[in-house]
Amino acid sequence: MVEFEVKAYPELWQELDMDVERFDKARQMLGNAYAAMYLSQRNRPGKMAYFDTMIAEIHGGRVQELVDAKKEGRPVVGTFCVYIPEEVVVAANGICVGLCGGSQGSIPDAEKILPRNICPMVKSAFGFKAGRICPYFQAVDFVYGETTCDAKKKTWEILDRLVPTYVMEIPQMKNKRDKALWLEEVKDFKAKVEEVSGKKISEDDLARAIKVINGKRLALQRLTRLRSHNPAPISGKDALLIEQIAFYDEPVRFAEKVNELCDELDDRVKSGHGVLPADAPRVMVSGTPMALPNWKLHHIVESAEAVIVNEESCIGTRYFKDLIDEDRKSMAEQLDVLTDRYMRIDCSCFTPNNERIDQVIKEYRQSGAQGIIHYSLQFCHTYNIEEIRIKEACQQEGIPYLSIETDYSPEDVGQLQTRVEAFLEQIRG
Amino acid sequence: MYVGIDLGSRTVKIAAWQDGELIGHQIRESSFDPHKQSLEMLAGFDPVRVVATGYGRHLAHKHFAHEMITEIKAHALGARHYFPDCRTIVDIGGQDSKVISLDEAGRVTNFQMNDKCAAGTGRFLEIMAATLGYSLDEFGPAALGSAAEASINSMCTVFAESEVISMKNRGVPPQDIAMAVHLSVVSRLVGMLNRVGYGECIVFSGGVARNPCMVKMLAMKLDGVRVVSPAHPDIVGALGAAIQAGRN
Ligand code: SF4
Ligand code: SF4
Repeated sequence: MVEFEVKAYPELWQELDMDVERFDKARQMLGNAYAAMYLSQRNRPGKMAYFDTMIAEIHGGRVQELVDAKKEGRPVVGTFCVYIPEEVVVAANGICVGLCGGSQGSIPDAEKILPRNICPMVKSAFGFKAGRICPYFQAVDFVYGETTCDAKKKTWEILDRLVPTYVMEIPQMKNKRDKALWLEEVKDFKAKVEEVSGKKISEDDLARAIKVINGKRLALQRLTRLRSHNPAPISGKDALLIEQIAFYDEPVRFAEKVNELCDELDDRVKSGHGVLPADAPRVMVSGTPMALPNWKLHHIVESAEAVIVNEESCIGTRYFKDLIDEDRKSMAEQLDVLTDRYMRIDCSCFTPNNERIDQVIKEYRQSGAQGIIHYSLQFCHTYNIEEIRIKEACQQEGIPYLSIETDYSPEDVGQLQTRVEAFLEQIRG
Repeated sequence: MYVGIDLGSRTVKIAAWQDGELIGHQIRESSFDPHKQSLEMLAGFDPVRVVATGYGRHLAHKHFAHEMITEIKAHALGARHYFPDCRTIVDIGGQDSKVISLDEAGRVTNFQMNDKCAAGTGRFLEIMAATLGYSLDEFGPAALGSAAEASINSMCTVFAESEVISMKNRGVPPQDIAMAVHLSVVSRLVGMLNRVGYGECIVFSGGVARNPCMVKMLAMKLDGVRVVSPAHPDIVGALGAAIQAGRN
């Protein structure tokens, strides 16, 4: 078996007041899982090397960058949702890090405090802080929370005891007054970031930040377009990993690396070289986002010789499908277009949410997929219930469809394999 | 000769197929070493091609089977052999139950499986039978002796078991409790059937199809639907795998 090591930085961890011994075990497990699931893939693009390094350095190199930035007085904000106006943080020279919430390992820590029957994402994320087993959580100035679901909304109140947690109200409808509310929230958030960084954000700062984040989103859009070719030039697992890394890497460097990878994929597309033969089933995944290191479904699907070609998810297209107009000059105008862009995210917390249903069908067509797997986490009510409408839309369009509700535990892997493979048999005909 | 092998969680089943006919079959406990067990069972046959299905299909495919298919596809193929027009299959196995819906040509269009828990599976019936002191073979006929309409409210195996025990202590006759257990499994099945949709004829496969009370109650709750079972309901999956072997 191939070896992979997530590098150890015990001194840095000590400095961050972590439970070093426990964390070191988690580090080794992550390394083993990564080797088994990622390095064993066939026909991987060479330019995945950078992203492998990002994982090897996930507990060290990148964390060191954050700690150094903080020493320069730059704010570091931990996030759990794509509804954060990242541009505002970057405008203040700050850093946004998406915090992990995709691991079974931290759930027992959370269950000591939180109720058991809430979604695994909230429990996993909370557990990372409660157990002091995530260096990012230890390094942030504050955590940005939002009101997109009850589990999160109420957990922030408890999390705030462990780490300062700043909550923004996300509207749940898309009317004029909702946008007005959101604009006010963005302004407050800007003031908060200015306070933490001790720096007033200028129009130029914001314009630069909008360009930077647009650049990252453009790179991810390009990656998604390349995946629509058959044979697929990259596995869904690798693409998912890149989408996950998008939430904690330095945005300019990240965009550059994604574009370099895309150049390689471009060549693959031209020469018809794919990760699997052209007759392999192509599947799109839609639903609840998959926080790092949640690779469960992708691994099951791709171990059955199929390829995932799209994620309609916040770890996926919902994060990067919309850009912000770069030509606005005044702060008022800039905040206006920024607010607009965020209001186009079709998270299942919204009602009504017809945009998402249409978007799923649209992405299905664009991605050249042959079926949709809807993925929701247990107790994630908004996605679980919205699933009914996605299913109806798929039935209407004659799209092969499978719905899966699961958590991070390995218990149901055998059953999921059977269901996924039966679904692929359906597609293969 | 073509062979299908169904490596279930509790039993291994083998079916041999030649010239459009089932020409032999075998059923044995999975034992601690299902791989060795399978090889021993296969030794009695001389197939040109082996297709595996069931929980152990990946392992079998890795070691000796030429191809693997899921239980869903296997049951579809097997059930259509006996009932060429059927569009709905119910399979209750040891660890899980499935409802499969087919199009006119016999292709799978939709399916449902029970989630993580054991409610509604063969295992559930087994535990409840044991709690009441019946063997599995006695359980269905005993329930049929009941005219009462007792019911069990809990779907969870653990809670259902304590419900059964407290009914026993209250002096409810065992055949009435047995009937209540059967009805609880049937109502779960009906729920799955409603979600997937069903036709006029339902093929009931898997070991539980030999339980006369299950068959009768299912037909009763789905008024107007014919519930049919092949001669050897346990080997429908293995037969389907064998048919698949013959196709390639
Ligand atoms: S699904 Fe909704 S709550 Fe979750 S990250 Fe996306 S926008 Fe935020
Ligand atoms: S997965 Fe669903 S329930 Fe969990 S935090 Fe996200 S929106 Fe809330």
